[in-house]
Amino acid sequence: MALLTPDDWEIIALSLKVGAVAVGGTMPVAFLLAWLLARGRFPGKLLLDGIVHLPLVLPPVVTGWLLLLAFGNNGPAGRLFAEWLGISFMFRWTGAALAAAIMALPLMVRAIRLSLEAVDRRLEGAARTLGAGPVRTFLTITLPLSLPGVLAGAVLGFARSIGEFGATITFVSNIPGETRTLPLAIYSALQVPGGESAVTRLAIISALLSLAALMVSEILVRRAGSGRGGHVL
Amino acid sequence: MSFEIDVTRRLGDTKIALSLSTGPGLTALFGPSGAGKTSILNMVAGLLRPDIGRIVVGDDTLFDSAGKIDLPPQHRHAGYVFQDGRLFPHRRVRANLLYGERRAALDNRLLGFDEAVAFLGIGHLLDRWPRTLSGGEAQRVAIGRALLSGPRFLLMDEPLSSLDAARREEIMRVIERVRDELRLPILYVSHDRAEVDRLATSVVNL
Repeated sequence: MALLTPDDWEIIALSLKVGAVAVGGTMPVAFLLAWLLARGRFPGKLLLDGIVHLPLVLPPVVTGWLLLLAFGNNGPAGRLFAEWLGISFMFRWTGAALAAAIMALPLMVRAIRLSLEAVDRRLEGAARTLGAGPVRTFLTITLPLSLPGVLAGAVLGFARSIGEFGATITFVSNIPGETRTLPLAIYSALQVPGGESAVTRLAIISALLSLAALMVSEILVRRAGSGRGGHVL
Repeated sequence: MSFEIDVTRRLGDTKIALSLSTGPGLTALFGPSGAGKTSILNMVAGLLRPDIGRIVVGDDTLFDSAGKIDLPPQHRHAGYVFQDGRLFPHRRVRANLLYGERRAALDNRLLGFDEAVAFLGIGHLLDRWPRTLSGGEAQRVAIGRALLSGPRFLLMDEPLSSLDAARREEIMRVIERVRDELRLPILYVSHDRAEVDRLATSVVNL
């Protein structure tokens, strides 16, 4: 497409990659946390709930700074990842994905938790009397019935990820081809005289991607809920 | 001996206590709403744990607080027909009916799929979603689902309460046939005198 420059395409591809990795990596963690918050009874639940939701209310620059402390080359978590998995975050796209994941986490946990709480637990009881153990009950009843919320959470998280700005730029800076996702690219273009056309192009792409994400989620949710006709969001 | 139940359970301010020993056939637990009838069924099914007591069905001890026996619900072989049908909304009728088949395959199979479908007259419903079923249809499917899970006994919680007169008659005939032809012990909860008089082999007042 002549409307977009090769640089634009690179930015889009990077944003999509960061968003997909952020959501894919966060999903198991988000589901586990949502499960604990929806079903668990343990001391410190309120505190866990608060910590999970912290990125939602904390200034993103603070989140980015905390990430820098924890996952920087000298941070404790950063060292663990480097030694055990050979993953480094500093000034790399993986760091952008991590920042996006942290920012997306509360939204994903929220959506999944709500859908888990909406599952009629009496249906799980019915499954148990029909011979299903806890694992089969989870896989055949709880998980499919909460799927709309899981999908909605994934798409919300994805949309949040490709829009992430503050934590990303603080944590891994603004490096073309590595950490310069759509919002950072728009910010950069705004700093350059004559960058208006780039800003316009990228802003339109951002809006279209967000809109597409929401529409995809709606379609997925409807398909998943075909037996019930309902949808969550 | 079919059901041998001696349980106590405190739920909030109410204390549910029951002691009974029944013969074959359909035993009705009769009493007003709120008397804890459903809780008794849930305890037999393994969905609610008695504080103390013993539950034996046929030769199987399902629960015994003294002997530290507490079989999980999936190993109790109960065919539980709930008041509201409780069909799985994300599975078609056929998949609902087959949900408990895995256990039935390992255990004594009461009747085959085609047999059960014919027995209950639900052949035309197999590809439907539960939400499109009428109350009577849903209840017949729920009975079929319970029968196909290889049950050694049935628990029925007011299976007629959400139905109109014509449907009640239809489901009562099905229950009579289950009682007389399949010869499964049935524990049946109701607050309707006429229903109990017609179906019950013995009655326990709560």
